Amino acid sequence: MYPFNYHRPTSVRQASALLGKSEDARLLAGGHSLLPMMKQRLAQPSDLIDLGLVEGLRGIELKGRTLQIGAMMTHAEVAASDVVREAIPALAELVASIGDPHVRHRGTIGGSVANNDPNADYPAACLALEATIVTNRRRIDADEFFVDMFETALEPGEIITKIQFPVPRRAGYAKFRNPASRYPLVGVFLAKRGGTVRAAVTGAATCVFRCKEVEDALNARFAPKSLDGVTVPTDGLNSDMHAGADYRAHLIVVMAKRAASAA
Amino acid sequence: MPSITITVNGREVTSEVEPRTLLVEFLREQLRLTGTHVGCDTSQCGACVVHVGGRAVKSCTTLAVQCDQAEVTTIEGLARDGVLHPMQEAFREHHGLQCGYCTPGMIMAAVDIVNRHGMPDEKTVREELDGNLCRCTGYHNIVKAILAAAEKMQGAGQPIAAE
Repeated sequence: MYPFNYHRPTSVRQASALLGKSEDARLLAGGHSLLPMMKQRLAQPSDLIDLGLVEGLRGIELKGRTLQIGAMMTHAEVAASDVVREAIPALAELVASIGDPHVRHRGTIGGSVANNDPNADYPAACLALEATIVTNRRRIDADEFFVDMFETALEPGEIITKIQFPVPRRAGYAKFRNPASRYPLVGVFLAKRGGTVRAAVTGAATCVFRCKEVEDALNARFAPKSLDGVTVPTDGLNSDMHAGADYRAHLIVVMAKRAASAA
Repeated sequence: MPSITITVNGREVTSEVEPRTLLVEFLREQLRLTGTHVGCDTSQCGACVVHVGGRAVKSCTTLAVQCDQAEVTTIEGLARDGVLHPMQEAFREHHGLQCGYCTPGMIMAAVDIVNRHGMPDEKTVREELDGNLCRCTGYHNIVKAILAAAEKMQGAGQPIAAE
């Protein structure tokens, strides 16, 4: 790992100021994506701004029909939260399936969402549930937030403070893990709210995306059977040593069926 | 260099560290606590698992500076007065190790599993070992050891004495 300057601010304002000072500064949340990348020298930040002591980034609350999770809440905390389990059980299950127990003790929702790894679980939940990503400057709809591989709508100096999830009527998540990395080869999150179904797919392309074919089928009737015979085009899907685009397209429908059964 | 104060196995340590120092490097190279191992160095294998603030974490994916003011427990901190922790004793009794390289991480993960689940069933133990690899594939006896230790730890009320 290359050397860097380490900062430990205690407020979002301080953290944002530090972030704005250097082009190559990075925020450190749980560090379970960033530190491995730094160790492999794939990332070389000049400054690391540790959010560990920053106030106002924690807590889980149900406000009316909106579940709000602080950016620095770890996966273990979210998965174990009774509030989350009651409001959106599919989200709690998704989070309990990220990485392994030790990773879940450190990894955070804000870090995962900001990183926008094309194989991460959280982006699928955010996109399907129409989450709002709240930063120190504005509110960003999930539809606008996830731009491309490891790329988000976040601007320099902008810090995620919390994520808000409207509580859906039904939701379900299913993934087919890459047997080696255990990341989803394909993961599908389904959410039904106000009579409309949204289906978000992770792992299959360079960025999380909504699958129109699955949504159309489930909008007719929200049941696994509605997906019988549905096919998803292979355009834009990844093809690599782990799976071809045609196999990933097939898995999208299979995972959508399992998610619909679970919902 | 930043100065950090960490309580390791009950002993407070203050030290200057380079920010890029990993917790596992701090433990092994500065404190000479070499029971914590580095297996893969890529956050996969769990040989480096220690407890920070009572929770199992991978010390190869944690900076020492992130643990300032925290309490850290390593494999060296489990035995009391020369008496093995029930989990260590159970690994010995049930032959829960072959080459032993993964064992410190396995035991720290196992204590964390029992702390969180109380008396877990076999399926839970196997699932919870997701982040710990044993190249000898000795999982069967590791699972047996954890289940046996869980029972003793429940009986003892607190994780202290072995028989």
